[in-house]
Amino acid sequence: MEKALYTILSNELIADKTFRMRLAGPTGSLKRAGQFVDVAIDGFYLRRPLAAQEWDSDSLAVIYKVVGEGTAIMSDMAPGQSLELLCGLGNGFDADACRKSALIACGGLGASPVFSLAKELLEAGKKVCVVMGFNTAADAVLVEEFKAMGADVHLATMDGSLGVKGFVTDAIKAVQPEFDYFYTCGPAPMMKAVCQSLEGPGEASLEERMGCGCGICYGCTCHTASGPKRVCADGPVFKKEDIIW
Amino acid sequence: MVTEVNLCGVRFANPVIPASGTFGFGVEMAGEFDLNVLGGISLKGTTLEARFGNECPRIAETPDGVLNSVGLQNPGIDVLLSEKIPQLRKVYDGVVIANISGFGLEEYVKTCALADKCQGIDILEVNVSCPNVHGGGMAFGTSAAAAAEVTAAVKAACRKPVFIKLSHNVTDIVAIAKACEEAGADGLTLVNTLLGMRIDINRRVPILANRYGGLSGRAIFPVALRMVNQVARACNIPIMGCGGVSSASDVIEMMMAGATAVQVGAENLKNPFASKEIVEELPVLMQKLGIQNINEIIGVV
Repeated sequence: MEKALYTILSNELIADKTFRMRLAGPTGSLKRAGQFVDVAIDGFYLRRPLAAQEWDSDSLAVIYKVVGEGTAIMSDMAPGQSLELLCGLGNGFDADACRKSALIACGGLGASPVFSLAKELLEAGKKVCVVMGFNTAADAVLVEEFKAMGADVHLATMDGSLGVKGFVTDAIKAVQPEFDYFYTCGPAPMMKAVCQSLEGPGEASLEERMGCGCGICYGCTCHTASGPKRVCADGPVFKKEDIIW
Repeated sequence: MVTEVNLCGVRFANPVIPASGTFGFGVEMAGEFDLNVLGGISLKGTTLEARFGNECPRIAETPDGVLNSVGLQNPGIDVLLSEKIPQLRKVYDGVVIANISGFGLEEYVKTCALADKCQGIDILEVNVSCPNVHGGGMAFGTSAAAAAEVTAAVKAACRKPVFIKLSHNVTDIVAIAKACEEAGADGLTLVNTLLGMRIDINRRVPILANRYGGLSGRAIFPVALRMVNQVARACNIPIMGCGGVSSASDVIEMMMAGATAVQVGAENLKNPFASKEIVEELPVLMQKLGIQNINEIIGVV
């Protein structure tokens, strides 16, 4: 974990009420896809946890949706302004758990934390099928980026405006992808359906209201098959067999 | 410049202590900075048996503060003594304060007696003020007679200094503090969180699954400061001041109000490096204020 001031490089609208913010600053504490940063916003007591979508040696990107006052303030910020981040939080995904081919099932902004995971898997010579679900076409993010990196991308929307009409699980049924390991990130009901409908091993990135974001307040503890775990520090990624839905 | 303070014969290199429940068991942060900069560490509230605590959500943001309804999640006293304390003592030489909670008189006594035998623990902090557990915790801290009963029973079973951590949620904190002093308490920690609530107006439900939770953070600082001052003027035992402390300036203010040491709580949730930064900031501020020895300001107001 590191705490530093990051300078906003860009803050662009990429979908309905959804922004990608690129920030310059130290990224040495980011080790695995699925890790997150905790953003301090002036006037708000707690930080906002956001997944790192991608990063290089001196900058990172987060994707966020304006859902409340804190994210509304973020959306009004301009390049050159700075934000204090705690960086490199959480365990992240286990890319090595996949041997040859992976299924990534994501919903909404769940596409963000699995983005670097897909890149890492492809770079390691593994096949990656990404099934993405959104409410409607206007909410879709990162679809072209996933395609550009060489992933086999399939889509589902609740209103049928993009891809299969229905849930991510409906698209998975239609595609019948081959995989030896799956990864999922998105709304809890979606991840539950994915974990319960898919045979074979996998993991999911959970979400909970957090206090500290780094494991010292025990505010976000969930029940797991191996006892109580802090979503922020022991997770957010947990193995399918460990999760109690 | 002297920042060292002494509580009941226990020496603290400085008066800054992360408060119970806001800094885990210390070991969680051992990889992030040298814990030895801290005067002391008050460990996460521990009970006789392991507890999960309340269901999530158990954190809610408030103006300048946070509500929590964690509900004393902890692995139980045996794991504290066999695993957590040895792990912490490998990397930390400062003062260790074990925070003990219970659901009945016998349980308080039994748990404190076990902690009392542990060499790695310097001070016992008896929590009679947790607002998040039912049938215990705060019930003992909101009546002078019950607080005195717990104090006397724990003191009879323990040799280490015993501090009683009291609740905001009372009409007369001085009466309860005096009752603890008369029952033999070596010191007091003032104060625990203030019972509060937030509602999700879209879904029309409480944000916390437990409905209510304890308010901490900067919002409660003036209330905590007032209670520390009231008790300091009425009692003769040392006080660890706690509640909304977020800077070296707040530490000085708490000590001027009558605290001998100061606990930093919710600020650690905002910034896990807060306690360390306050320790670093303290001598700079003392210099500015012309304070040579921090002990000279205790209770001057």
